[in-house]
Amino acid sequence: MNRFDYVRAGSVAEAIAAGAEPGAAYLAAGTNLVDLMKGGIARPERIVDITRLPDLDRIERLPDGATRIGALVRNSDLAHDPDFARSYPAVAEALLAGASAQLRNAATAAGNVLQRTRCQYFYDVASACNKRAPGSGCEAIGGVTRAHAVLGWSAHCIATNPSDFAVPLAALDAVVEIEGSAGRREVALEAFHRLPGDAPERETALEAGELVVALRLPPEAAGFAAHARYLKVRERTSYAFALVSAAVALRMEGSRIAEARIALGGVALKPWRCREAEAALADREATPEAFRATAEAALAGAEPSGDNAFKIELARRIVVRGLTLARAGTPERVPALPASPFAGAHHA
Amino acid sequence: MLERHGSSIGQPLTRRDGPDKVTGAARYAADVHPEGLLHAVMAVSTIARGRVAHLDLAAAQAHPGVVAVMTPENAPRLARSPDEKEGPVSFRLDLLQNDGVRYASQPIAVVIAETLEAATEGALLLNPRYEAETPSVVLGAGERFTPQMVGAGLPAAMGSGDLEAGLAAAEARIEATYDTAAQYHNALEPHASVAEWDGDRLTLHTPTQGLYPAKARLAALFGLPPENIRIHSPYLGGGFGSKGFLSSPQILGVMAAKLVGRPVKLVTRREQMFGPVGHRASTRQTLRLGAKRDGVLTGYGHHTLTLTSTYDDFFEPASVLSRHLYACPAIATNHEASRADIPTPLFMRAPGEAPGSVALESALDELALELGIDPLELRLRNYAEVEPLSGRPFSSKALRECYAQGAERFGWASRPLEPRQMRDADGLLVGWGLGTATYPAGMFQGEARATIRADGTALVETAAQDMGQGPWTVLAQIAADGLGLPLDRLDLRIGDSDMPNGGLAGGSTATATTGTAVHNAAQGAVAALAALATNDPASPLYGAGNAGVTAAEGRLSRRDDPSRSETFSEILARAGRDSVEAKGQGAGEPASRKAYAMHAHGAVYAEVKVDPDLGQIRVTRLVGAFAAGRVVNPRLVRSQYYGGMIWGVSLALHEHATLDARSGRVMNNNLAEYHVPVNADIPSVEAILVEEHDPHVNPLGIKGVGEIGITGTAGAIANAVWHATGVRVREIPITLDRLLG
Repeated sequence: MNRFDYVRAGSVAEAIAAGAEPGAAYLAAGTNLVDLMKGGIARPERIVDITRLPDLDRIERLPDGATRIGALVRNSDLAHDPDFARSYPAVAEALLAGASAQLRNAATAAGNVLQRTRCQYFYDVASACNKRAPGSGCEAIGGVTRAHAVLGWSAHCIATNPSDFAVPLAALDAVVEIEGSAGRREVALEAFHRLPGDAPERETALEAGELVVALRLPPEAAGFAAHARYLKVRERTSYAFALVSAAVALRMEGSRIAEARIALGGVALKPWRCREAEAALADREATPEAFRATAEAALAGAEPSGDNAFKIELARRIVVRGLTLARAGTPERVPALPASPFAGAHHA
Repeated sequence: MLERHGSSIGQPLTRRDGPDKVTGAARYAADVHPEGLLHAVMAVSTIARGRVAHLDLAAAQAHPGVVAVMTPENAPRLARSPDEKEGPVSFRLDLLQNDGVRYASQPIAVVIAETLEAATEGALLLNPRYEAETPSVVLGAGERFTPQMVGAGLPAAMGSGDLEAGLAAAEARIEATYDTAAQYHNALEPHASVAEWDGDRLTLHTPTQGLYPAKARLAALFGLPPENIRIHSPYLGGGFGSKGFLSSPQILGVMAAKLVGRPVKLVTRREQMFGPVGHRASTRQTLRLGAKRDGVLTGYGHHTLTLTSTYDDFFEPASVLSRHLYACPAIATNHEASRADIPTPLFMRAPGEAPGSVALESALDELALELGIDPLELRLRNYAEVEPLSGRPFSSKALRECYAQGAERFGWASRPLEPRQMRDADGLLVGWGLGTATYPAGMFQGEARATIRADGTALVETAAQDMGQGPWTVLAQIAADGLGLPLDRLDLRIGDSDMPNGGLAGGSTATATTGTAVHNAAQGAVAALAALATNDPASPLYGAGNAGVTAAEGRLSRRDDPSRSETFSEILARAGRDSVEAKGQGAGEPASRKAYAMHAHGAVYAEVKVDPDLGQIRVTRLVGAFAAGRVVNPRLVRSQYYGGMIWGVSLALHEHATLDARSGRVMNNNLAEYHVPVNADIPSVEAILVEEHDPHVNPLGIKGVGEIGITGTAGAIANAVWHATGVRVREIPITLDRLLG
């Protein structure tokens, strides 16, 4: 690990001032950053410790019915907050489907959204990686690509975003609240993560020194609470990244779908909101045929980036399953195996 | 002969080492911190073939805290080349004696610093440049050859009868090829050394499954008499074969300490566990089975193609179990290999049997399908009453009982013959599968010393190794019975190379070997004590003769009159002795080993559920029934079976090192992505201990239980996946993309 300066920020203003210095990185739980530093992937010159910042560890219900999640709220605390889990069950399920209990107990809400890709070529410093070393190339292409992107990738990067939490946030129109030297601004979560294009090193909408202070779910997000699921397909039952995941939320009026929200995880460098597919489902009967057509629409334009064509069909199927489960209704409690096909689903 | 009157063997005692382990009092190698300790971190190659052309020594040395950088330029010269093999089962090492690179993640330098952080950064700053050559790492790519031997000295080819004729006479045949993936041992505890030199004397704390072989290798490499070397290895945080022999990183730690003249700790980083500390090579196995309509085999062939390194020989003996398991007049088992730019493979969790079993058991079920016969029935129709190739009788074999008890517990009788017949309430596909478990009941050689002390306690010492399997407990149980002492008066010490050779904790032999040594030492010490008493006219035992005395509860008693007895202390006090001691040997008895085939057996039944649309697989139930001779401690034996069966889940569904064929590097070299099962993957595992009395295997009747659980299990799961889905997957581990249809 390289030598670095350590600054403990006492206020958001102090943090932003320190974070604007070249080579600075914010440290919260460090569940991702410290690993990256140990491996020499991230080599910050200055660590700005934000763990003591006041007031960023609160979950607030705002007067207009929105919910603000402080950047430092722990993943476990958020998932187990009864009001939060009741209002946003798919978000709670996604949180509990991520990482391990130990990591969830430490990791923060903003840190989860900001976690870096798990592309093995990004982690392997001997490999060319445009994210790590802009312009060096993408050695993932032509390599071990089973888990890589099938949507939104480019010739410069085929990585995926590993966050579970961000997927239902994208589906529910969450907003990222950002503080910087120029003041406070907001960015829709859907626009927060960037697709790689020709500049995969630019991962988010954050400018240098900017700090995520909160994530906000708008008032209408709670309107999906009765029909919201997160589903995750992975190669072991816990502590594994998604091959493909889906957040599905429905607002039902009788047997008709008034409004649908669908976002996919594990398929692109950002949580993949399926707006066209959602629109096609609005004001329709919730039938298997409609679900299959929605799945086709959701994956329109998908292309394998390597040895991962199976993920496209898998993603279609998880959309159908997600819609089926969401229509059936949110379970009373988050299942013991969150987001798992083995959680007690109804397939027949 | 003295009779054993003990009652400790067979008791389900909890681990005597348990409290120390859960409270942190047990000190593993890397927990040792001698005064003045420096930290060493390896730099490893990112190429798989070529040479190191340049290292930025100046940058590393300039980093604050860095004390030295060890490279081929300044690494201590060794008395013996690390490429010189000490015997047929000895492996070439990478100890910085030249700049060559023969696999990815080979050690190329060691940075020694005042702190771990400084050493880590120093290693990164070396920024090596290479002269790289194009590597070849893919199974089947290189030129094939037939090895001289496979595993630990087994013939590459063995058979009986005429396979082609046997297959021609068959009324049903299958031929199928199964691939198994490369695996890395990944013990929780990485290979670590804390080395301290005092002149030409070395003290080393390092985890090893074989203290004596480790001492011998170090003595040869450093040109020292073995008695100058003391290795402490009281606890291993898992070995799985990767700590059977000292690995390069462990010895580099010793060299680093020599270079700087201070104690040095070197701990292998997790990603460095995917290189210089051994692995299981990938295999491609072709099974050809033929049978009559009634299921009786007429011929079977088991061919294995595997990989080994360019610079040494180890060959995964995957076809070997087919020599012992099913009766058939025509059997052909053989192995071929090709060389690749990979580290030399090594013994790993049932080497050979594990991947061999998944292929063989899958093939048997493919044949059962062809014949329309229940898989259990097919196995019973080909039950080997004698060892198939040798014709020798088994020293004991309760496999029939294993099949029956496991089937009963599992509910096998209600299994539909056809696949895709069962669903659970949630609509998940349910499948049931079976696999036969088998593992040889081998023994190495070991020795123990038992000392009965004047205070009525005893000391038992043997350089045995605890890698979690339970020697702190089971050897104490054996010793207590042998000595006729309660456990609380027994001081067992293991894990120190100054003690008598405890044999190797490998090949599922440790309890049989070291246990026999302990038993014999204990009996010897009691005999010595009895000799004092029975020759002493003042003793109530006078004149009884050794054979006329029994030991129990710290007393010797006359066999013909138990009221005539005295305590160990009384005997020693009157004799004016501080103690009596004896050594005991543990080894297989050659005549019986020649006359009998010795194997443990078992039957594993698996239930899996598979999501019909998403393909995700989960093993929902495992029932294993095992017969492995005398059970020294049912609690710990069950624990061994559970662990083995969970490794079976791992083999069947999870473990898979993914190499980039272009670079030869393992890409998933971390525990987030090199998957082993987590608790949520193991909802239910049961082990039935089937009674088996073996009068031939050793005096205590013990067979090993460490590895057998992995065999049978992976095949049972593969067969259950087929039964659930109707899809036969022949690439192991089975992944969900194969089931999407």
